[in-house]
Amino acid sequence: MNHNELNGESFDVVVAGGGNAALCAAVTAARAGARVAILEAAPRHMRGGNSRHTRNIRTMHVAPTDVLVEAYAEDEYFDDLMRVTGGVTDERLARMVIAQSGAAVRWLGNQGLRFQPALGGTLSLARTNAHFLGGGKALVNVLYRAAEAAGVRVFYDAPVTGLDIDGSRFQAATVGGSGAAPARIEGRALVVAAGGFEANIDWLREYWGAAADNFLIRGTPYNRGEVLRLLLDADAARIGDPKQCHAVAIDGRAPKFDGGIVTRVDAVPFGIVVNRNAGRFYDEGEDFWPKRYAIWGRLVAAQPDQIGHVIIDAKPVGRFIPPVFPPVMADRIGELATRLGLDPIVLQETVSAFNRSCQPGEFDHNVLDDCRTEGLAPAKTHWARPIDTPPFRAYSLRPGITFTYLGVKVDATARMQMADGHPSDNIFAAGEIMAGNLLGKGYLAGIGMTIGAVFGRIAGREAAARARN
Amino acid sequence: MPATDVTPATSPSAPHERAEILAEAERQMNICNACRYCEGHCAVFPAMEMRLSFGAGDLAYLANLCHDCRACYQHCQYAPPHEFAVNLPRVLSEVRSLSYEDTAWPRAFGRLYRANGLAVGIITAIVLATFVTGAVVLADPAALWGVNRGVGSFYAVIPHNVMVVLFGAAFGLAMIALGVATVRFWRGMGAGVATSGENIGTGPCVAASARALHDAATLRYLDGGGDGCTYPGEAPSMARRWFHHLTAYGFLLCFAATCVATLYHYGLGIEAPYAVTSVPVVLGILGGIGLIVGPIGLLWLRHVADPVPADPGREGMDAAFIFLLLATSITGLALLALRETAAMGLLLTVHLGIVMGLFVTLPYGKFVHGFLRLAALARYAIEKKRGQAL
Repeated sequence: MNHNELNGESFDVVVAGGGNAALCAAVTAARAGARVAILEAAPRHMRGGNSRHTRNIRTMHVAPTDVLVEAYAEDEYFDDLMRVTGGVTDERLARMVIAQSGAAVRWLGNQGLRFQPALGGTLSLARTNAHFLGGGKALVNVLYRAAEAAGVRVFYDAPVTGLDIDGSRFQAATVGGSGAAPARIEGRALVVAAGGFEANIDWLREYWGAAADNFLIRGTPYNRGEVLRLLLDADAARIGDPKQCHAVAIDGRAPKFDGGIVTRVDAVPFGIVVNRNAGRFYDEGEDFWPKRYAIWGRLVAAQPDQIGHVIIDAKPVGRFIPPVFPPVMADRIGELATRLGLDPIVLQETVSAFNRSCQPGEFDHNVLDDCRTEGLAPAKTHWARPIDTPPFRAYSLRPGITFTYLGVKVDATARMQMADGHPSDNIFAAGEIMAGNLLGKGYLAGIGMTIGAVFGRIAGREAAARARN
Repeated sequence: MPATDVTPATSPSAPHERAEILAEAERQMNICNACRYCEGHCAVFPAMEMRLSFGAGDLAYLANLCHDCRACYQHCQYAPPHEFAVNLPRVLSEVRSLSYEDTAWPRAFGRLYRANGLAVGIITAIVLATFVTGAVVLADPAALWGVNRGVGSFYAVIPHNVMVVLFGAAFGLAMIALGVATVRFWRGMGAGVATSGENIGTGPCVAASARALHDAATLRYLDGGGDGCTYPGEAPSMARRWFHHLTAYGFLLCFAATCVATLYHYGLGIEAPYAVTSVPVVLGILGGIGLIVGPIGLLWLRHVADPVPADPGREGMDAAFIFLLLATSITGLALLALRETAAMGLLLTVHLGIVMGLFVTLPYGKFVHGFLRLAALARYAIEKKRGQAL
């Protein structure tokens, strides 16, 4: 649908955004009787924001389900969140999201979403995360079908470029888009679920400086933070450290945007990681990869030129998910260094020093084994085996930004708070744009989708109720 | 660094040559193997996860495991126009066509797959023309053009012995060709993987065959992982599975009708035409109805299907086979309805001509898919027992 057709139209609930949170809100509001419009910035084939790239949702459950093993109790979930955030979370909102996570997942199932047991390579999540059959795009497709069936009008290529906010009261949104004249859409309530600003390199540069130019953006190029900026300019209460984000180390050859899951490199625990100067900088064997991969983005971001190189030998091939890009290969470490543009002598020395310090042990990549280094700084505390079996392989790493944590403050009814401490009259927020309320720092796999689904449903319900009054 | 190994080397819409098809399939498989989101959809992805590289044999195997349900395409975050342009249903269809061509017996006939719709159409037309000409020249005009009822009326048009020799020979040759193709495919697929070269043993082979037969007979992998294929569009649907069932079981019922009739003729000494309530005719009517509703449904689904995941190179092959099945059932039921009128002679000739066209093209067209898919499913059953994802 072309948004030009709706210039001057009025809806009960206007939803800015088109991912998981936006769709949960739109479907819920429409089922509550509201006339709803979704304004999705992306064209149809790119719809769904970062939800398109997700694969699971973290959910509490008291007993095994068809796709989840054992149980994952509310308190354990909460403890996990406290651990990764170091306590920088809104405890009340966090407990509410966790308590409602089971119902949200069941609701998604009722819309037609199917789940499957944990995927290969994600067995550590088999207890805590329900995996979408077919991945996040399947979820996006299911929810758009549900939205259309519920009478929601969906507009693609419809980025919100302006918000008419009178005090704390939303009046209308301006929609730009490819070549079309801006359209003004009035609404009795607004749900903002338009993601973070990770795809806006200029904005990232404000906090990261020139290093931001070397960041790769794993997800949608449409999360440019325009709606977030409009809200902050309209005196919404901000929350979250602008420098905090979910960042993993991904293959340096990945496209600038939208490379998604396949750009991951899971080889780190099997080798060493060196920087531009061919030196190591962190314990590659600190913990199981799924628990640690989310710290490596920031580690690499802190290195000169924001680049790292994983070096492995022939031994671990087949023990990690094959990366999509072929490795750089050579029969000698010096040769490998030359191909990577590193100093061959220094890399040779780094590898030799590492090899000399590896203690004998029983290698087992399924447990925290006793293969460790002795007298090396930084140490490698598990899975340390000499890199001595050619051909040697290398994968280059760059920081891959998944999403940013800067957002707007909300209460338990998803209502956006204003900087002066009062709640907004009719603006509600869900998803990435408010995830910083729960995620002060760190990340727990699959909790982004939980926040989006739980707050999306609350925002839809509350916005519909607000529109009626 | 440019992402040269991940983005496609050729235009996705251009027709592809053999080397390009295999390189493109390998490229896409490497992307899928790094993603794995689709692993619950069908057997292709668990089989893929047991491999780190994708040679021609692996690709032939995976391509024939693929039922073209298109769930992986509709759920792919890398589907075109994404620069990774992952479109597995299309490229695996192209690889499947190559595997048909490579395993054809005699080998020279593999060429028939390059423009298969045309080839099947021309062969059927020639066979049909030969039957009609033969009947006009050789048959007693009274039998061919008159109203004839009762025992032996069919055989007055075309003698029973002629039918038996012609159709027996055609069917026998088709079965030999299909058998050779299946053996060639079995040997060729999966060359170079960890499980190849080992002696599988009889027990696992029988169990795997039973599993494969079950999975093929139920079209297990046309269920998209539970709710049906994303075919013809994005929403899951069981329509294709049901229309395929009607087609396949309709075909089998018609085949059973022929077998029972043969038994009647030689075993019980009862000659055609048989009563409408007789076992062969009831089987034929039921099968014929399935073989009308099924193919029409499949053609309709093809007509409305999302064109992007479809392989344009396969349209002729698929359509020719579906039309041939449809022509078989329509002429067969028409013959039954009009067998006591003056149209019987010509209808019988046309029906038999079309059935002969179907028989001689069986090993050189779409029909082959069932045999190679069974072999691929059997291999998958074996791999699943012993294998492990990498």
